Amino acid sequence: MKKGNTLFFKTRPRIRSYAAICGSKEREGVIGEYADITLSDDMYGESTYEKAECKMLSNAISLAVEKGALTDGDIDVMLSGDLLNQIISASFAARDFQFPFLGLYSACSTMSESMLLAAALIGGGFARNCVAATGSHFASAERQYRYPLELGCTRPPQSQWTVTGAGACVISADVGDIAILNATLGRVRDWGVSDVNNMGAAMAPAAADTLIRHFKDTGEQPSDFDMIVTGDLGALGSRILKDLMWEKGYDISPNHVDCGEMIYKVIEDEFQGGSGAGCSAVVMNSYIFTKMSAGLYKRVLFAATGALLSTVSSGQGESIPCISHAVELLSLSNGNGAAP
Amino acid sequence: MTGKNAQNCNTNYLRYVRALDPPTKHFKNCLSAFGVGGLICTIGQFLRYMLGFAGLSGDELAGAVSVILIFFGCLLTGLGVYDRIGRHAGAGSIVPITGFANSVASPALEFRTEGYIYGTAAKMFTVAGAIIVYGVFSGVIVGIIYYFI
Repeated sequence: MKKGNTLFFKTRPRIRSYAAICGSKEREGVIGEYADITLSDDMYGESTYEKAECKMLSNAISLAVEKGALTDGDIDVMLSGDLLNQIISASFAARDFQFPFLGLYSACSTMSESMLLAAALIGGGFARNCVAATGSHFASAERQYRYPLELGCTRPPQSQWTVTGAGACVISADVGDIAILNATLGRVRDWGVSDVNNMGAAMAPAAADTLIRHFKDTGEQPSDFDMIVTGDLGALGSRILKDLMWEKGYDISPNHVDCGEMIYKVIEDEFQGGSGAGCSAVVMNSYIFTKMSAGLYKRVLFAATGALLSTVSSGQGESIPCISHAVELLSLSNGNGAAP
Repeated sequence: MTGKNAQNCNTNYLRYVRALDPPTKHFKNCLSAFGVGGLICTIGQFLRYMLGFAGLSGDELAGAVSVILIFFGCLLTGLGVYDRIGRHAGAGSIVPITGFANSVASPALEFRTEGYIYGTAAKMFTVAGAIIVYGVFSGVIVGIIYYFI
């Protein structure tokens, strides 16, 4: 069923299992104890950072499949993407598996887009088990979007830090503690921000647009949720989002959480917080799903945000078009689960 | 922005975003740039005196000092220290010759994974290329002006 741009999944696809891998800087933060694997070496034993990113993604996927007590043959399709050109991490990770692969690109909102599509495939009866996964790596993103790692330049205070990590979840037709109720498709919004160091400001209008349409389509209010999770707006972007929502008559400040804002413990060079496809993937697939499985959070709205720019477009002075897809999650756990 | 999107550009929003920009700490930045830049220059001057005692003079002396500073710039880049210095010192570590060495060595290291020819060698000047081109260009302009006055 569809109302406006929101898809309602009558069959309530479930999140069967999930896994997350994070880098050394991330494990110092709140997700450190919830992630399945934390790396002490960001190279992950590989010769290049790109290979490390691919290995993280691949391992997160196989771990999620394993935790769901499934084998490769049970998975109908894997939906994945990443930040690198030609989504090499996702497609290279896909060669490790026997199931079909659909490559996605939605920048940092890939996690919610892949969950949304997986739920739609399952809701439509085309699949029983789907993998939704994404990841990013600080060093490979830096190399593609910014400067060489060792270049001694200053980072502006608006900037964010690309998260090293990967997250994957298996979305299944019947088994699982967390149900996907509905999802709102994002529209590309561009309010003219062209500063590539200020992604939060560029992405906030897209997040506000999606959240408002979600509330309108479902008839829900922000207070109906235990948590409204955005992807990687960072501290500055979160503040802008709250202001934009307030202007439209929605007060999300009591229950809004931003993955980028919460992921790092000590803000040193990260300034506004984390960003990147791995940011929301790691936080959702470790901290938030664990808490939801335990019944500590009942209802969560997850809206990852993505900036759809390239180095070419920003070099040519284009502004930054952004997108945000929202997925509404409900914990089916009775709440008696032991707190992790 | 192109065509239809030009009208979407929300000037009010951009003004609001600019108002929220965290302020750059100019005083602190200038101070650390002055300190670190000054320190690098002092080390250079120290080397000059020392090599002067060792019997070098003129162009040889200037060349030897530069080579030593460039060596240490590259070494610290390779050890992953120079970017940490640069993050705090800003122009203080970019402007001296060690900063130039860093801007050549860092892409060379970064792109080594793509091979020594198409990676290291071809990408070595991605950052420094701009410095060389405009350095030479402004040198020519200044030279022409100097010729006429």
